[in-house]
Parts: sequence; C-alpha cells; structure tokens
Amino acid sequence: MTRLPKWADVILVPVISLALAAIISALVILAIGQNPWEAISVMVEGSLMSAYGWGYTLYYTTSFIFTGLAVTVAFHAGLFNIGGEGQAQLGGLGVALACLFIPWPHWSLALIGASLAAAAFGAAWAAIPAYLQAKRGSHIVITTIMFNYIAASLMIWILVDVLRPPTAQDPSTAPFPATTHLPSLSDLPLFNLFFTKSVPANITLLVALAMAVLVWVLLWHTRLGYEIRAFGKSEPAARYAGINPTRIVLIAMLLSGALAGMMATNNVMGEAEKLLGNSASGAGFIGIAVALMGRNHPLGVVLAALLFGFLYQGGAELGLWTRIPIEMRVVVQGLVILFTGALDQMVRMMLARVFRPRAARAA
Amino acid sequence: MDYATLLQVLDSTLRLATPLLFACLAGLFSERAGVFDIGLEGKMLVAAMCSGAVAFLTGSVWIGLLAGIAGSLVLSGVHGLASITFRGNQLISGVALNFLASGITVLAAQSLFKQGGRTPPISGAARFNPIDLPFAEPLSAIPILGPFYAEVLSGHSLPVYVALLCVPLSWWALYRTRFGLRLRAVGENPAAVDTAGISVVRLRYAALAIAGVLCGLAGVYMATALQAGFGKEMTAGRGYIALAALIFAKWKPWGALWATLLFGFFQALALRPDVVERIVGTKVPVPALDALPYVLTVLVLAGFVGKAIPPRAGGEPYVKER
Repeated sequence: MTRLPKWADVILVPVISLALAAIISALVILAIGQNPWEAISVMVEGSLMSAYGWGYTLYYTTSFIFTGLAVTVAFHAGLFNIGGEGQAQLGGLGVALACLFIPWPHWSLALIGASLAAAAFGAAWAAIPAYLQAKRGSHIVITTIMFNYIAASLMIWILVDVLRPPTAQDPSTAPFPATTHLPSLSDLPLFNLFFTKSVPANITLLVALAMAVLVWVLLWHTRLGYEIRAFGKSEPAARYAGINPTRIVLIAMLLSGALAGMMATNNVMGEAEKLLGNSASGAGFIGIAVALMGRNHPLGVVLAALLFGFLYQGGAELGLWTRIPIEMRVVVQGLVILFTGALDQMVRMMLARVFRPRAARAA
Repeated sequence: MDYATLLQVLDSTLRLATPLLFACLAGLFSERAGVFDIGLEGKMLVAAMCSGAVAFLTGSVWIGLLAGIAGSLVLSGVHGLASITFRGNQLISGVALNFLASGITVLAAQSLFKQGGRTPPISGAARFNPIDLPFAEPLSAIPILGPFYAEVLSGHSLPVYVALLCVPLSWWALYRTRFGLRLRAVGENPAAVDTAGISVVRLRYAALAIAGVLCGLAGVYMATALQAGFGKEMTAGRGYIALAALIFAKWKPWGALWATLLFGFFQALALRPDVVERIVGTKVPVPALDALPYVLTVLVLAGFVGKAIPPRAGGEPYVKER
C-alpha cells in the first residue's frame, strides 16, 4: 500500500475523518426533519460567541483533556483503557473525601491535596485491571468495562448509604467547605478581562494543560516514556530489549487511571462542589474519542478536547433552543470514534489513491 | 426461601436471561469467527427501538420483529465494514457503534413520537404475549415438578422458547456442520482457512450477520415482550453482561445457557432484595447485587474460576498474503 506523506497522515486523515463524521451528522439531522445549518449556528452561537458560552466550552474541555490524556497514555503502551469513566468516578470519591475530611487552610493547598487524592483513587481503580492484564493475561478492555459497572454500583452505594448527610434527599455528599472553593477563570488575572461573570471553567483548566505538557515530556523525553512506547509498538521487541512488561503495563495503567481520576478536580471540586451520582457523566468515554481524534499526541488531545468541549456545550444548546434532542452529541461522538478510530484505514486507502500517481511521477 | 418464592425468582430468571442468552450467542458466533463484538449493546438497542416503533405503527409484532432484526443487521454491516473490509480496530468500532446506537435511537424515537425519546406503549398483537404450555393447568397438581412446569417453564412469550431452542441449534451449527467447522477455524487460524480456498472475509461477514440476527432478537424481545415498547437506554448494559457471560461460558453454546441463566438469576435476585435479606440474614445493599455479575466476570477473567481461553485469532483483522 502506498505510504502517505507524514503531513497527510497527521493532518489530512483526521480532518477528512472529521468531515465524514460531520456530513453523516448533518444527514442524521436532515433525517429527523431538522435543519443542519440552523443546528451548527445554534451550536456556534451558544458555545463560542459569548464569554458565557466559552465558560462552559472550556469547562467541558478541561474534563476531556484529562480523560483524553488518560486514554492516550494507555494507548501508547498498547492498552485500550475503556475504564476512564469508572476511574473518573472514583477520582470524584477521592476529591470528596479530601475536601470533606481534611480542613484545608487555602484553596491552593486543597487543590493539590484533592488532585493527589483523585489521582490516587483513579489509579487504584485502574490497578486491578492492570494487574490482571500484566500477571494473568485478562483482557484489559473487558476488565475495565466491568470495573466501570462495578464503580457505578459502588458509587451508588457510597452516596446513598455512606456519605449522604442524614438530612439530604438526593444521593450526594454534603457540600464541600468554602475554603475548598476553586477560583473560576473569571477570578484569575488576565482571564478576567474576558470572563467578567463567574463561569464554570476554573483553574483546573491550567492544571489540565500542565498535565498535557507533562505527558508529552514523559512520553517523548524520558526513558520510561520510551519504554512505554516501545512496549506498545511491539511487546516481543520490548521484552528482548530488557523492558519488563509487567512494570510497563502497571505503570501505564496507573498513570492512565490517575489522569482520568484527576478529571474530578474540575467537575466535582470546581463546579458541583459536592459529589453527585454519576459524576463523570460520560466524560470518561469521550476521552476515547478525544484521544483517537488527537492521534494520541498531547497537543492533538488538547485540540480535540476543545472540539468536544464545543460539541458538548453546543449540543446542550441544541437541546435548549431547537427541537434536536441533546442526544445528538452522543451520535456525533460515536461517528467521530467510528471514522477516526475504526474507519481510518478507509480514509487512508482513499487518500492513497490520490497520492499514488504523484508518487509514481516523482519516481 | 419457600418453594413458591423460589419459583417466582426462577420465573424472572428465565425472563431476564433471555436477552442475555440471545446476545451471548450472538457474541459467540462473532468471536468464534475472530471478530470481537463490543457492539452487542448497541445492536440490541437499535433492534429494540426499531421493533418498538414499527410494532406500534403497524400493530403487528411480526413486522416489528423484522424491523428490529434489520436495524441490528445494519449495525453488523457497519461493524463488518470497519473491522473486516477496512481492517480497523474491532474494539473501537464496537465502542463507536454503541455510542451511535445510544444517541440515534433516542433521536429517531423522539422525532417519530415526540414522547421524550421513547416509543408509545404497545399492546395486543403488537407484542409477544405469554404462551401457556400444554397441560400446565392439570400438571400443576403434581408435587414439586408440576408447579415448576406451570410457574417457571410455562407462561413465557415466544422469544423465550426460541432463545432456549437457539442453544442446541447453535451447538449443532458450530460443531456438526461444515460451516461451523470453518467458522471456528477462521477464529483460530484464518490463514489455514484461506489456504484451503475458503473466503475468510465471507465467513466473518456471515458470522456477523448471524450475530446481527441474534442481537436483533434480543432487542425485539426487550421491547415487545419483556417491556411494552422502547425506552431510552433500555438495554442497560445487557450487551456487556452478555460479553461477560460469553467469557464465563468459555465460548461454548451450552456454557452460554448456564452462564446467562446464572446472570439472569442475579438480576432476578436484585429485583427481590427482601428475598436476599431473608437468605443472608442481613440487609444486602441492592448495588452489591447489581455488581455481582461484573465481579464474577472479573474473577473468571483472572482465572480463579477455571481458565477462559478466547479464540486465538480474535480481534485481529486478517490480511491476505499477496
């Protein structure tokens, strides 16, 4: 098969995949008797044309950067972590315990403490599937799916029977103390020039971006990152090179779980300020789409997370202002995963046809 | 637990195991042919929506049945296109189809009926109604076996019996026909099958088509027999439980029956926390019962309850040598 030039593989393939997903989405909107042009204008209007809209778009983006990075790190080790959802929920538990039971003097310390707790709980939830994959060969995809369901049941039990204050009706924890309140982007210098009113996007956006840089450094500029990528490319080769498979599987999954868990600092600590049921609300799964769309590179993940942030905020606006149900965004999400993750070979084959004559002429 | 309660629980077990059994057999065919199918859940959901909507519109459950199977087959086709023809990642394709199904079923139901993403309730000829097996009434006088026959085996809808019938049928198709032998071979060593001059691609598509029909039946049963119509996310993870059952069953048809009955039993118990409380002696939180099938599956995967060995070529696209 013709090898595509690198720029085509990095830029053209995802862009065409995305365009195909967009075309099918437009057809779906037409099929339910609505206007795709109206839909896209409502989405852009509601998510990008006001500070309020950006406040939500960036809030979703923050969560998706964390979960997208989580999937990315595991992918580089050749592991498909579908368990981001459960790991993020457990991360929420970590945040809740840290915020409720430790008297933090200042939000900055609370953020550090809660981040560590979230990472630890997320990593712990990824640890068992990782161990089973490394030591007993249990397929990580199935075990992480199972752990999502186990996490859901566990969280229902914890929220209903353990952490719920006696007076509360809904399954949730008590509200976190005021000292753990994180500054919104409107409270930060420079950002407050644009965000004049309080928005859900908060300081954890900066944490997420820092994590993206850290993941980049880790994967491409450390020995461990090299080992992870080598292991992901070829397990036998890595083994011959003296890389310990058990260690890599464990480390990659623990990092992945920790990143997914840290998402909770955004939604649980930064926005809800108490732990609610189903706290991850699908962001763990969107991480898969974000990682695929971002071609498993931190920069790509950040851009893809922004795209999905737009899609999520825009989709919510669709549900509010048009007769297109909010579930449209799940359809788009599925289409993006399908085209960028599973049908990418189709796009490559199509492009190869375009590039082949030129390559032949050059030769 | 007295005998009458046990019979009630077993009756629900059979009802709840049916969609799991259909989906599990679907996964069995697909994975035995070397194609992972995470998308069972999505196929069931689409089938449930199509059958619920069409059964309501036409008033005939049989047309609904065809629509449901057709919907499920479309998804199977897309999965085949992605994972067989274009050799994409089978797991990712399945995950994508599940999201697609989750969203599109609500969109379609909402645009057709405007009832918040569900189909209107169906009744009468638009549903599969309970069938009383012959002699259930007179035989119930026989101690122990009589009530078991009358309460547990009799009085289910047609798909329940079809599902049970599918178990020996699948066994026969897989182990006693030429097609079955080839299908199993293509999941273990596609290159050998190819060398014998048999099309790997066609076999795998055939396996996915069978899986599509079976998932379709699962979804149709959910919408037209277990419940009266389609509701948002009504399959509630059953596709994944079926995958779990498939591992539990070690990819064998009779194993699938026992595994899905076991998981159906857990689901039935989760509906009756009072019964569980009486057996165990203390109050068991319902979420713990809900989580039981998943925990069991992890234990099986970990190899603590017998070793589960998947088909060797599972999940790998076949690239023909040139």
